[in-house]
Amino acid sequence: MSSWDDDDSAAAAATDVELLKRAWRNEKAAPEILRFDSPLVSRVREQIQLLEETLDDFADSGVDDLVVSLYQMDLDRTLFLLRSYLRLRLQKIEKYTMHISRSDDLLSRLSQQERRFAKSCAEIMEKHLEQSVLSKLPYGYDSVTRQSLSSTEDDMVPEPQLDTFVFCKTKSDVGAFQLDDIGEEVVDLVADDLYVLRYKSIKGLVEGGRIDLI
Amino acid sequence: MAGQSDPHLSIFSPSEVEFVAEDEIVEIVPNIRMDALNMICGDFGPFFPQIPTKVPLWLAVALKKRSKCTIRTPDWMTVDRLTQVLEAERESPREFQPLPFHYIEISKLLFDDARDDISDAYLVRSLIEDIRDVRFHKVETGLETISGRTHAVKLKNLSAMEVNIVRPFMVRTLQAFYKHDSPQMIQQADNTGSRATPVTDRGPRRDLRRR
Repeated sequence: MSSWDDDDSAAAAATDVELLKRAWRNEKAAPEILRFDSPLVSRVREQIQLLEETLDDFADSGVDDLVVSLYQMDLDRTLFLLRSYLRLRLQKIEKYTMHISRSDDLLSRLSQQERRFAKSCAEIMEKHLEQSVLSKLPYGYDSVTRQSLSSTEDDMVPEPQLDTFVFCKTKSDVGAFQLDDIGEEVVDLVADDLYVLRYKSIKGLVEGGRIDLI
Repeated sequence: MAGQSDPHLSIFSPSEVEFVAEDEIVEIVPNIRMDALNMICGDFGPFFPQIPTKVPLWLAVALKKRSKCTIRTPDWMTVDRLTQVLEAERESPREFQPLPFHYIEISKLLFDDARDDISDAYLVRSLIEDIRDVRFHKVETGLETISGRTHAVKLKNLSAMEVNIVRPFMVRTLQAFYKHDSPQMIQQADNTGSRATPVTDRGPRRDLRRR
């Protein structure tokens, strides 16, 4: 399909900063945690480190102040994007720690360090809840994940609301797209137009990189 | 458990919207000589006096603040062009005119730090404010048409800052309609046939409020 070729060449042309910006925006707008872009983050980290070393050299070799400050700005901007991206994810992990821990699919979206963080977050929270509240509740009501023994499922685990509405733009025409299960809601998605849609309907397109969240 | 989703995670602050806008490319005319800059975000330069060069807006503003360049007014930010846009906005009550996605942020940054580089700056500024008003009025009018039948909204040509301003309200509104209307929706068969604009309608329903 020629549209896939266009996507590939467009992706190849985008700088890592643009890719990081896109990942950051998507992560900010999406209600659930998205897949960690490990190669991108490694590359950005390398470039940041390289620039930091270069700036140290500049300071020693007496390069013009103006040039140093411009590079410093570039460094600061990139650092901001990276830090914000990582912090957003940590916030989501903290918020939905139980929910993420019990889903292999969601755990697979985390980086190794995030997985360790999620695990210890869950342990700490569980311990805290047990010690401060649950151990004092009567038997049958002292589970962390269920309200009572009569609950049929884990109903005390906060979950992200996947059917929240998000603003999005598609990079290339998607054409008629079905929003719901029954086939009653069909939207024609045109490239570069802005839409407000339910996140759940376009989840797949976001994961595939064909739609950007704004 | 009952409760709405936490909107806080997905809110962009105006500074964050401006941050994204600062990567937009503008043209500068440097008055100094400087080697090429090989930055993480891209390569720019080399810079020669009086030779126009394209750089990101944040870099342009940094240089301008240190009096190392002038910034060339973007083509869309002239009195003629903006007057055309304003007229077109006023004449088409349901459409937004194409404008750069970050037109509000770009114009604000240029007015703050490079006003002397913009010809007829005062007039340009008031035109942009008028355009913003007309457009936002359209957004508000459009919000009134959201109903239980709205399963998607198309906002062609809306700009970044306008999106950010309207986002919290629109998301909560759509969410509330979706939550309260959805169970009845599923039971109702689609007996309206095909529609020309499937975006705004999902079946016959009584409007709670008639305008």
